[in-house]
Amino acid sequence: MRRGEFITAGVLAALSIYMMWKSTELEIGYRSDEGPGGGAWPFWLSGIMLICTGMIAYNAVRRKSPPSQSTEPVLDTEGRKMLIQVFGGIFVFVALVGIISMYGAMLLFLFYYLWFLGRHTLRLSLIISVLTPIVFFFFFEALMRVTMPKGMKFTEPLFNWLNTIIY
Amino acid sequence: MEILGLLSSGLLEALQPINLLLIILGVTLGLFIGMMPGLGSVNGVAILLPITFLVPPASAIIFLAAIYYGAMYGGAISSITLGIPGASTAVATTFDGRPLAMKGRASLALVTAGIASFVGGTVSIILFTMFAPLLASVALSFGSPEVFALMLLAFATFVGLGGDDIPKTILSICLGLVFAAVGFDEISGAPRLVFFDISGFLHGINFLVLAIGVYGIGEMLWTIDSTRGKITSTEAKMSFKGVVSDTKESLQKGWTGMSIGSFLGFFVGILPAAGATPGSLMSYGVAKLASKNPSSYGKGNPNGVAAPEAANNSASTGSMLPMLTLGIPGSPTTAILLGGMVIWGLTPGPRLFTDQPEFVWGLIGSFYVSNFFALVVNLSFIPLFIWMLRMPFTILAPMIFVLSIVGGYAATRDMHDVWLMLAFGLSAFFLRKFDYPLAPAVLAIVLGPIAEPTLRQSLLLSSGDPMIFLNRPIAGPITVIAIILILLPLFKAISDKFRKQQNSDT
Repeated sequence: MRRGEFITAGVLAALSIYMMWKSTELEIGYRSDEGPGGGAWPFWLSGIMLICTGMIAYNAVRRKSPPSQSTEPVLDTEGRKMLIQVFGGIFVFVALVGIISMYGAMLLFLFYYLWFLGRHTLRLSLIISVLTPIVFFFFFEALMRVTMPKGMKFTEPLFNWLNTIIY
Repeated sequence: MEILGLLSSGLLEALQPINLLLIILGVTLGLFIGMMPGLGSVNGVAILLPITFLVPPASAIIFLAAIYYGAMYGGAISSITLGIPGASTAVATTFDGRPLAMKGRASLALVTAGIASFVGGTVSIILFTMFAPLLASVALSFGSPEVFALMLLAFATFVGLGGDDIPKTILSICLGLVFAAVGFDEISGAPRLVFFDISGFLHGINFLVLAIGVYGIGEMLWTIDSTRGKITSTEAKMSFKGVVSDTKESLQKGWTGMSIGSFLGFFVGILPAAGATPGSLMSYGVAKLASKNPSSYGKGNPNGVAAPEAANNSASTGSMLPMLTLGIPGSPTTAILLGGMVIWGLTPGPRLFTDQPEFVWGLIGSFYVSNFFALVVNLSFIPLFIWMLRMPFTILAPMIFVLSIVGGYAATRDMHDVWLMLAFGLSAFFLRKFDYPLAPAVLAIVLGPIAEPTLRQSLLLSSGDPMIFLNRPIAGPITVIAIILILLPLFKAISDKFRKQQNSDT
């Protein structure tokens, strides 16, 4: 945890410096006719952030904050496994949206989570992961008129057929 | 007297069949959302906001406000039966609610939470009805310096009263404010802070993207990691007779907590950034301080359930006060309501009371009706809600992830924002591990677009002199209070050091 506290503060300090630098693309000072320039607000706020990261690091050196006193790892083996399986699953879900549509990706994600991670029965996993996208489809596309990404071309016949039910 | 006339017409509006139906549906959904860990009123209102375009604006906001209300009731159910708060607003409810449930008094804890929520809700709505028209008439004269001073006060409450690590809190506020500045500079129209020149940042960072990233994905990952599937639900047997006797007991043993929570919650809720979570935590603290027997807290004292539960309902009404009268959201949830009102063509702020009295009073009337139905639905369906909570987490979690992704996409219809949401979610998971408070960032990203222009306009008015925030009759005192709040932790640190030195001297 202690090392993590320094790394986090470091990353946030780098982010602050980047945002300060990016803010200077606009005027960061005061203009007599326009008031403070467009970059002033984010520039000075990022500056305060940078000072804060310094204070966080200083507190960590003096072992004042709870994470800097802790000797526990940020993520133990099980925590790391959870993060890879769960967050990895969500990541793949979002990556698949552009290929097999929001609904298709949702189906696969639900099945992966329920059957593989949740160890539910095959029947329950299949029922939930097939029914959910269908309910979502009719709710969003028909009732709310929100179109979700449909993925690549090969999904077209399926959605055309589903659309004939709506319209 | 005039208020009573307006209120009765508002109540009639709220009791119209469609509105009544939406209120009952809203509080029931809200109860469910509030109860489910990882889902709070913010997520519920955010995800369901687009659905409301099917009904007229007044009905839509009544429905969303009912969800907000219901969620405040619902949070207690999982705090008590699972020991994990259903929403951040119910964190303080776990302190005594869980021990009560472990002692086999889950039913008493649940009834106390319900009754306290009702009392808090009712007291706050009466206060609201009295204060709102008054505040709106005062606020009509507010200019940019006053609004900015209010913003400053909002952020100062986090620093002075939030109780989190001070540099981390300030960092979180600044991060939210800078994220709000991404996109275009409103005054000059120039692109600003387009990170790595990715075009997706040109339309700014929608606050829903940050909110769902933090509250949907980050918090769910954290819940999964910290509970490791070891959530044990406590049985709660409920019967009509039991509810009646528990009601009596909860009123007897919990009334101090209820009264502290009702009033404190309301005033904390009004503070533009404090809201229901700090309101409930603070009420818990004050109830414990005021108690003759503080050591009984944390071991199953009904007052420890009553205070935060009365406070979170009271605060949710309180947070509507600045939203309706000043146009400043009092909490992340009201921020979303505010966004909705703008889409419906209503301009939030003091003019609403004079320009749209039917809308305003219809909404106020609906608070009374929602509060009543939330209590009825809550108490009559507690066994059903507990049964639903027994749904394995491995079914609920993927559903919430799916809802978050779909909701995040529906909000802006841009895959860039979905990816950004994932990044925020993962960052939030780690930042939370290192005790960085994230609520300030979410509020800051909502308030940023109001805070920045008011600051710039004020400084332009005064030709760059910051004294404008101190020498105006209304802005001045607000700014002074804000500065005191910001300096409060510093004073405390110095006095602690002084005391330590004295102790070591003697």
